[in-house]
Amino acid sequence: MEFKFSEEQLMIRDTADAFLAEVSTSAAVREAMATELGYDPMLWQRMCEEMFWPAIHIPEQFGGMGLGYVELVAMQEQMGRYLLCAPFYATVCLATNALLVAASEQQKARYLPAIVSGTTATLAYTGSNGQWDADAVEAICTREGENYVISGNYRFVPDGHSAQLLVVAAREPGTRGEEGISLFVLPADCPGISRHWLPTMDQTRKQARLDFDKVTLDASALMGEVGQAWPQLAQIIDLATIAIAGDQVGGAQQSLDSTVAYLKERVQFGRKIASYQAVKHKAADMMLKVEAARSAIYYAACIADEFFQGGELSVELPEAASIAKAYCSDAYFHNAGTGIQLHGGVGFTAEYDIQLYFKRAKSTETFLGNASYHRERLARTLLDGSDLL
Amino acid sequence: MKLRFSAQDEQFRAEVATWLEQNLGGEFEEIRGRGGPGDEHMLVEERKAWERKLHQGGWTCIGWPAEYGGRNATIEQQVIFNEEYARARGPGRMGHIGETLLGPTLIAFGSEGQKQRFLPPILRGEELWCQGYSEPSAGSDLANVKTRARFDEEAGRWLITGQKVWTSLAHESHYCFVIARVDPQSVGHRGLGFFLIAMNQPGVTVRPIEQLTGTCEFNEVFFDDAVCGPDDIVGAPGDGWKVAMGLLGFERGVSTLGQQMLFNNELDEIIRIARSNGAARDPVIRQRIADAHVGLRIMRFNSMRMLSGGTSDGSLQKEAMIYKLYWSTWHRNLGKLAMDVLGPESEILDSGPYGLSRMQSMYLFTRSDTIYGGTNQIQRNIIAERALGMPREPRG
Ligand SMILES: Cc1cc2nc3c(=O)[nH]c(=O)nc-3n(C[C@H](O)[C@H](O)[C@H](O)COP(=O)(O)OP(=O)(O)OC[C@H]3O[C@@H](n4cnc5c(N)ncnc54)[C@H](O)[C@@H]3O)c2cc1C
Repeated sequence: MEFKFSEEQLMIRDTADAFLAEVSTSAAVREAMATELGYDPMLWQRMCEEMFWPAIHIPEQFGGMGLGYVELVAMQEQMGRYLLCAPFYATVCLATNALLVAASEQQKARYLPAIVSGTTATLAYTGSNGQWDADAVEAICTREGENYVISGNYRFVPDGHSAQLLVVAAREPGTRGEEGISLFVLPADCPGISRHWLPTMDQTRKQARLDFDKVTLDASALMGEVGQAWPQLAQIIDLATIAIAGDQVGGAQQSLDSTVAYLKERVQFGRKIASYQAVKHKAADMMLKVEAARSAIYYAACIADEFFQGGELSVELPEAASIAKAYCSDAYFHNAGTGIQLHGGVGFTAEYDIQLYFKRAKSTETFLGNASYHRERLARTLLDGSDLL
Repeated sequence: MKLRFSAQDEQFRAEVATWLEQNLGGEFEEIRGRGGPGDEHMLVEERKAWERKLHQGGWTCIGWPAEYGGRNATIEQQVIFNEEYARARGPGRMGHIGETLLGPTLIAFGSEGQKQRFLPPILRGEELWCQGYSEPSAGSDLANVKTRARFDEEAGRWLITGQKVWTSLAHESHYCFVIARVDPQSVGHRGLGFFLIAMNQPGVTVRPIEQLTGTCEFNEVFFDDAVCGPDDIVGAPGDGWKVAMGLLGFERGVSTLGQQMLFNNELDEIIRIARSNGAARDPVIRQRIADAHVGLRIMRFNSMRMLSGGTSDGSLQKEAMIYKLYWSTWHRNLGKLAMDVLGPESEILDSGPYGLSRMQSMYLFTRSDTIYGGTNQIQRNIIAERALGMPREPRG
């Protein structure tokens, strides 16, 4: 047992930190977030070509770097810390995970190298009912001869308006819950798809609505067994949940760090406000939360590694994901909210970045289920004896 | 990062589990799951016998170096031992203050003679220790101790005079480690000494203090020219603060994992009650139980991180500083949750006049978790000042 970064993992983290410090400055974030696209395509190109980031956990046989989930989560943490605006999360943590978990070898060989070389992608499974579990899947898929025809609306899709490749979930007519769900992979420009950017309160993470009107796909688009994809989709969601919790830890850390830096500068009543105990104790609580949150994401990341390696601890995946998301959501919101309070009036201005963290805290909290949702998921196994899946 | 234990470690786990299964039965059946905070006064003789049994099996002080009779156990092995011990519902350890606090302190700071004299009886479970830090005017402000130590040149020994308070298990202990002032002119953390004092002597009086639980686990201890041998001061006169702080560093070591397993047993019991009395259908209770579960799992991850980071030398990393505040707050919430799950039954005692159930006792005792060993407020000061570099508290 060794629950700390290896030298190589530290290097990956530090490289990400140094690169993001240079490219994801407050000014760069603000410029990118003001656009509908939501990121700087030149920067994305650098992330792909210079840093090989989308390749991080893609196996070497598909042109990837073949690294693990701990490395991926370490990068997510840094991206959250710098409020990175990029299609990284959607492409890597949603679509790539989906392909790794559910795609056939042919599909992997076709799409993973494309992702390595910069193709953007996302996962669409949620309709408009506000759920995050199997009930969220509302789009309908019917058979027409050898083909599949998908109709329906997807909402809350990260980078859905710009992604070049889509993984989507749809269900057979008349099914509910975990029954009848299928997964498909398709280019986003297939006939019958119309995509709409949804303006969001957190402008650093873009969302979209996707309308599917009789989108017709042949069998090569189907991932796995028709109607039987829920177990895979559940795993994809758990993996994505762990990754977004990594973003939350980075944001919670930066909310603390920027607040403490401000407290050490600002003078009131003739002394640094950092010297007031009421203020110190709030900062201490923020540190407690972010350190505990960090323990949660790296444990979950280790479990995700076990999952990809088929290890025995992979049964803990749903639990580890819910623990991480429940705790990190509350921790980020707490730290960013307390951060605004401790900044005083400037915390309420557009100029100071703490407001951006506060907004990203809420959007990441809501996405893939908030803390209450994940606690109830855990409560079901603890109290009702049911499986998490 | 890797979470798995090695094959040797798993073999060690099997060895521990087997030994406990074979030995924690028969005459020792009744002490399973007993003792520990809130139950410390119970079945004392039986638990002392158990300490000796543990020693016979070679299971006391396993983390100590082999030259002092330990097993040189790795951190992983200590983790495993604590986990298996709690899983087997081993009783609260009577010898934990000697084993986890004083022993490592002597190994780090003591003279060879002190090690030879004091370590073997701790190892054998024969000599129990208590901690004489707090005084009426020195609680959070520990450096304000007033107890004096005067060297009697003629008799060639130290004489200790003063009062300690809240001394847990003083009434069961053979020895007490005491911080006292060697330089009467000194103030604060200078001029202190760290003394090893026999409890069974005319100069020492122990008076129990009744707690809000109705039981007496801590005491007032009066020293009135209590005698302490010339060799029974750890470090030089004046080095007492350094030794005392070194000891507090050991408080956050591997023994915390055993504590977590006890917490786990408590949470399991709460879940069992909630399932049987219908509280598990209350959506708010469901959230709180899940939250407790999340908190406990993360406590374990925190300590795995802390232990992997190598704090065995007693120096704390930043993330280790959150540990006490984290667990004490979590446990206090658990106490309240237990009562809320029990509902109206939470008020009814096991027996009169004040026979608390295990859950009631746990609930009441959790109110002290956030006080002893550095209150939550003091923990926050430490985090803010040492980890976040915020200005120090002004001193009066
Ligand atoms: C069950 C139990 C067992 C114990 N066992 C032992 C033992 O075996 N040996 C031993 O030596 N001691 C023991 N103690 C004593 C314990 O360590 C002290 O109670 C503790 O350090 C607090 O000191 P105090 O009681 O004097 O409270 P005080 O220091 O008077 O504190 C009172 C309140 O003021 C707050 N406060 C104090 N200073 C500050 C500050 N600078 N900033 C903000 N808030 C502050 C505290 O947080 C607290 O809320 C035990 C205590 C308990 C409850």
